[in-house]
Amino acid sequence: MNTIILSAVFGVVLMLSGIFIENKSAFKNIAAVALAILLSLNIAESYGFQIFRINTGVFLHFSKFGFLFNSICLGATLLYTILSGRDIENVGNHVAEYFALIFFVLCGVGIVTAYTNLLMLFIGIEIISIPLYILTGSDKRNLKGNEASLKYFLMGSFSTGIMLMGIALLYGTNGSFSVDRVSREMMPLTYLEALGLILIFVSLSFKVSAAPFHFWTPDVYDGAPTVFTSFMATIVKVAGFAAFIRLFESRYGNMGGQTDRLIAVVIVLTLAFGNLTAVFQQSVKRMLAYSSIAQAGFMMFAVYAVNDAAKEGLLLYAASYCLATIAIFAVLVKMEDYSFEGFNGFAKSEPLLAGVLVVCLLSLAGIPLTSGFLAKYYMLSAAIKTGQVGLLVVLAVLFAAVSVYYYFRVIQAMYFKEGNVVYPAVSVSYKFTLVFIAALIIALGIFPNLLLQFLYF
Amino acid sequence: MIPVLLISIPLLSGLITFFLKNERTIKSWALLSSIATLIVSLFSLGMLSGNGQLQYDAEWLPLLGSRFSVSLDGMGKMITLLTAISFPVIFAATYKNSYSKPGSFYALMLLSQAGLMGVFCAADLLLFYFFWELALIPVYFLSSIWGGEKRIQVTFKFFIYTFLGSLLMLLGILYVYYQTPAHSLAMSQVYHLSFPEGKEGYLFWLFFIAFAIKMPIFPFHTWQPDTYEQAPTAVTMVLSAIMVKMGVFAVIRWLLPMFPEASQNMSHLVILLAVTGMLYASLIAIKQDDMKRLIAYSSIAHIGLMGAAMFTSDPAAMQGVMFQMFAHGINVLGLWITVDVIEKQTGTRKFSELGGLAQKSPTLAILFVTMALANIALPLTNAFIGEFLMFSGLFKYNIWLASVALISIILAAVYTLWMVQKVFYGDAAESKLPVVILPAGTRLMLMILVIVILVFGVFPQPMINLTSDTVTKLIAQIK
Repeated sequence: MNTIILSAVFGVVLMLSGIFIENKSAFKNIAAVALAILLSLNIAESYGFQIFRINTGVFLHFSKFGFLFNSICLGATLLYTILSGRDIENVGNHVAEYFALIFFVLCGVGIVTAYTNLLMLFIGIEIISIPLYILTGSDKRNLKGNEASLKYFLMGSFSTGIMLMGIALLYGTNGSFSVDRVSREMMPLTYLEALGLILIFVSLSFKVSAAPFHFWTPDVYDGAPTVFTSFMATIVKVAGFAAFIRLFESRYGNMGGQTDRLIAVVIVLTLAFGNLTAVFQQSVKRMLAYSSIAQAGFMMFAVYAVNDAAKEGLLLYAASYCLATIAIFAVLVKMEDYSFEGFNGFAKSEPLLAGVLVVCLLSLAGIPLTSGFLAKYYMLSAAIKTGQVGLLVVLAVLFAAVSVYYYFRVIQAMYFKEGNVVYPAVSVSYKFTLVFIAALIIALGIFPNLLLQFLYF
Repeated sequence: MIPVLLISIPLLSGLITFFLKNERTIKSWALLSSIATLIVSLFSLGMLSGNGQLQYDAEWLPLLGSRFSVSLDGMGKMITLLTAISFPVIFAATYKNSYSKPGSFYALMLLSQAGLMGVFCAADLLLFYFFWELALIPVYFLSSIWGGEKRIQVTFKFFIYTFLGSLLMLLGILYVYYQTPAHSLAMSQVYHLSFPEGKEGYLFWLFFIAFAIKMPIFPFHTWQPDTYEQAPTAVTMVLSAIMVKMGVFAVIRWLLPMFPEASQNMSHLVILLAVTGMLYASLIAIKQDDMKRLIAYSSIAHIGLMGAAMFTSDPAAMQGVMFQMFAHGINVLGLWITVDVIEKQTGTRKFSELGGLAQKSPTLAILFVTMALANIALPLTNAFIGEFLMFSGLFKYNIWLASVALISIILAAVYTLWMVQKVFYGDAAESKLPVVILPAGTRLMLMILVIVILVFGVFPQPMINLTSDTVTKLIAQIK
């Protein structure tokens, strides 16, 4: 509850402070402090320290999983703000609002990690989505950004409509919005229920850009200002999976193999589209957009399996994916040339940043010693635990091998090719934060319990 | 504690090397560190198996049923000894070579040694996988940064190949994990599992493809000649002296004891592939015009024989494989060192441009010919013992396959002697090649290698005793 209320409050405070504070760079510091407070209060709440004692009853239920998920999102946003705060200032004049919108998104994240009621799911998803439409179009004079924003808004509202339809159908058959395993646990679903569930599934798939509902992703990610792409592709995306998991660990997960096949198809399509298209990209930014689709395919395994290994894996995946992608975007945003050739000879001019990028790319590719490997390992483990996968996991690892191709292109450009990269001077704290992220990725790759212990205490 | 030292000495000194600046300091530091590892490894030889110093076990990933568990048995001691010998030899023999960014070069070399040591010591399946991949990453960077002209594509092909194999193995590991009663990946737990009907065959292939790519066994060998050719020679030495042994080692350590039944069923097919590969590689080797490529193909042929012998489940053959792993490592190391010296001083590796070196540099010629004879497995050289044992097992398994495989020995004589003839004999006056002078370090290392070749050629018993415990245990497990 701390996160939900305080992030909304901080959002409002930041927005209003824009009237009084002239200095643009102050907002970054305010936001960072506010995020640090949010993070510590969220952790405190998982140990039982509540500021607001509100009976949320049938609407929200706070679990350790939800708290840990919030912590990951808040921590990632904190690192994101420290790294890319300066770049957010460069997007436009309304810096206070950008930060305020980010906080509103976090409020939505807090809701979707805790909902037990379909209405709350709807509200949470909307609170996340609406600020994103604005952030996508925040660079007002950029035509591509405007197009992306409009496209995202139209398609997003359409998917919201689909979700509402699904919720309405479920309500119609059950007479309740609750998703908990209370009533009719083992009963087969009626047609209307199944249809409603599929509609919600489609809509959530849209939000996490799972194929075949991913078509908006490359355009929006490419059109949006790069700093906000970073935010959308990481924190917002993994929050969508939290929503997914909560829906499917409820009684709607127990549909006796019917959803399994549907999810399996979505996984394979997502992996195939994401990986195969990423191979042909010439721009690193667009490659990352497709790679985020591919990574979503792997995260879908958690929805497929919905067991303990899946939940642990999703947490680890969320953390490692967010860390790696945020760091790569933080370096990318300062580059002049977003193409692969733009990175030629990067290791010579910026050896430290190149080293950090290598760790991040290896993590995304899933090489041992990085958290990305264990995350993938957990996902595959969860899938195999269900005992009926076979071909699905074989396809998944084949696509993982494909992903090495495009991640390593960046490494090849940086280390093995000659070129001159003019990189702007960066502050010590920026470098320090990047090294910290790389260290965190490796630490989690050796001792995942650093993170997962918070799930069991 | 010994295995932990074997892994951590190169790991830590490698990480330190990244920050060293002076080239001389870096080289001496790397040499010193590798000698320290060698001393630890020699120390382990005196210990009896079951000694507590040869094991180490610690909590690592309780949620995944994996522990940081390392141990050394006879085979482990033998192969870590080979690794520990190879690195100081490589560093000393290539002491005169200079690389751009020497700090990174030697650091990555030491990190790859750490990874290799980890592979050979791991007694836990997931830990093994970790090191299996980790040994690859430094080599990828080494070959891609300091390699030849086509290095980027070639090394990348190598990387993708092995990575794909590893991923398949990962699936196998996950499946095995859920079959163990205690949900554990410890070596003692994954041996002797009973699998559901028909599943063992699939699992066998998931693991075998990963190992076959590494060895490489026909038809998974296509990455190898290009990679050997393009990699800087010091890295080629690591690749062919030690890294390909990872595949052989992994089959003996994991594949055979984990899936004895499937190994038995598949043995015919695997041996057939291996023998085909031997002949195929030998025939191609004859047509090569480049020293590095010739040795690369000859290496495929030798590994093919090991691959075939492993699956005969014959104690003598198995003993031969153990012996030959060590012997081939030593021989091929010597060959690469001479190739490196010749290339550095004459500027070419092509037979068509070389000739008559024996008149100008007789010492080099004597040393090289000894190693070439070991490559053909002539009696009195170490390779003879290993190949003889392997062939005796192969004969017992199937006389026809063994006869076909024997042809490759004749072919080995053809291409090896042809190489000697082209490089060292012929008209010296005609060629305008400079005199090849052996630097002191290189000369010393080559002499040591030649002594090792001859000593084990006439007195193989210590090495056979060293690995006999592993062989006995393995045969008992398979039967």
